[in-house]
Amino acid sequence: MSKKTKIQIGHRKTFVQYFLGHWQLYAMIAFPIIMLFIFAYAPMYGVILAFKDYKVSLGIWDSPWAANHGFNNFIRFFSNYNFRECLRNTIVLSIYSMLVSMPCSIILALSLNYAKNVAYRKFVQMVSYCPYFISTIVFVGIINMIFDNRSGVIGSFFFNNLGINILGNASYFSSLYVWSGVWQGVGFGAIIYMAALAGVDQEQHEAAIIDGATLLQRIWYVDIPAIIPTAVIMLILNMGGTLNIGYEKILAMQNQNNIAMSEVISTYSYKVSLVSTFPDFPYSTAIGLFQSLVGLILILITNKIANKLSGTGFL
Amino acid sequence: MKRKKITQDTIVYFINYILLTVLLVVVLYPLIYIISCSFSSGDALMSGRVKLFPVDLTLQSYQAVFKYQSIWTGYRNSIIYAIVGTLISMVLTLFAAYPLSRDDFRGKKIFTVIILFTMMFSGGLIPTYLLVKNLDLMDTIWAVVLPGAVNAYNIIVARTFFANTIPKELQEAAEMDGCTDFRFFVRIVIPLSTPIIAVLSLWVVVGLWNSYFGPMIYLNSQEKYPLQLVLRRILLLSQVNLNQSNIDPETIRKNQYLGEMLKYGTIIISTLPLMIVYPFVQKYFVKGVMIGSVKG
Repeated sequence: MSKKTKIQIGHRKTFVQYFLGHWQLYAMIAFPIIMLFIFAYAPMYGVILAFKDYKVSLGIWDSPWAANHGFNNFIRFFSNYNFRECLRNTIVLSIYSMLVSMPCSIILALSLNYAKNVAYRKFVQMVSYCPYFISTIVFVGIINMIFDNRSGVIGSFFFNNLGINILGNASYFSSLYVWSGVWQGVGFGAIIYMAALAGVDQEQHEAAIIDGATLLQRIWYVDIPAIIPTAVIMLILNMGGTLNIGYEKILAMQNQNNIAMSEVISTYSYKVSLVSTFPDFPYSTAIGLFQSLVGLILILITNKIANKLSGTGFL
Repeated sequence: MKRKKITQDTIVYFINYILLTVLLVVVLYPLIYIISCSFSSGDALMSGRVKLFPVDLTLQSYQAVFKYQSIWTGYRNSIIYAIVGTLISMVLTLFAAYPLSRDDFRGKKIFTVIILFTMMFSGGLIPTYLLVKNLDLMDTIWAVVLPGAVNAYNIIVARTFFANTIPKELQEAAEMDGCTDFRFFVRIVIPLSTPIIAVLSLWVVVGLWNSYFGPMIYLNSQEKYPLQLVLRRILLLSQVNLNQSNIDPETIRKNQYLGEMLKYGTIIISTLPLMIVYPFVQKYFVKGVMIGSVKG
């Protein structure tokens, strides 16, 4: 009874009363929120640059609007011959990478889950996380060394026996990118599925064993359904990043030989602005805005589909 | 029927062990190869004679690393950036996470939306670059440390942890006794949350230590370069400066070898700190990912 009255009193408090009692909470959250307004929301306002004909002397706001009702920078990008190539490379790399890395992580999680020897399982697990800590630069350095066709251990093997120059040929770039990514991230990616597997009801397994199910059947009918909600959420999160794939790694991996397959939207927008002799900021901003918008739309669509199919959306 | 099932399961378990062992070899081999290379002679490296174990065992590559001044400047800078950046980021993250974890916090929804939206949409490279430039942060530590300091994902993880571990009754009792929110946060919440603070700090440290793109676009002076940018010059651009004033062919050849050896030495030296810390903290890592997965 007394608890109920207390709640009612709590509800009757006005916002001002609450604020006076708990102003410290607002003072705390003010710091991160202000930082977000400066470093996340101010740049969002800055995308207005994409619709402008930027004059450094006038600043963003006072620069005149771009031609074609402000959409000139977008039109230039879409009609540029680089656009199709960049878009294709971006989509190929992210879909390929998603299709490979997710199943690999799930298989590793299942595999670890059914390794009976605990010490061995822990050892494999620990080793598999290890590459995750290697920095992009060092990682790409290692790739370049190992796949070098003269001095690298794998590269020289392929070059001498099969005549394949892995680093020197653009057509191997996507596989090199994706599988090296699996090497680096599979152990870490498996953690989340192991968490899902740990939540599987053991009684279901026991019941399945009594019914005579084999191990593979148990994995298929008990474990996989338990993993699906997690997999769907990971898919949604990955979907949003389709156009923003790991450009740090791609940029570091780029060389003269693979540029045809390795130029993605992010690296292109970086090159036309910050490293160009004639930096084109509005153009690059328009490309960035295009990317962000596509990302946002993809997240919303996947989330909606996931909600309809299984009720496991996250927004 | 039953026997058939048992044999099939045994085979599957067996194949599973083979699979894990293959994975183990695939992950470990490149790491061992690089370590072996770092102990091999330049001649063995250039001719590709190293397969698994060091060839012509030598410590020359490490000697080259220790003599290479900019690596150590980079090391020092990276440590400073990592410590300052992590402190700022953690204070901001926890300051946002705690109010959001409180059920009674009014305005929780709007603040959550403000924070989550940054996960889904961003201004992009150029607007952020111009902002940093306009704030006069170019070529300072703040350009490296501040733009990514507030991370929505980390806030959500910390919030979920607080909401699940700090008993509501405790907070209500403290409030009854006249304990202010901030005091409660510092005296009770923080000490109870060491695991999550460890995980998030680790994520932030690793992120700062390994990042190169931000420093690359914001820093101009070489003496401010973090380790990763120095490594980029050595490993990817092969710009090694070994005082090649001598044009004697023999010296040039030797320097070429030394440059190659330097690469392997730097890889080991730069990755060592994280690799040493890692076995001790990996259990926290797992925990952090799991908390994050509970509520996306």
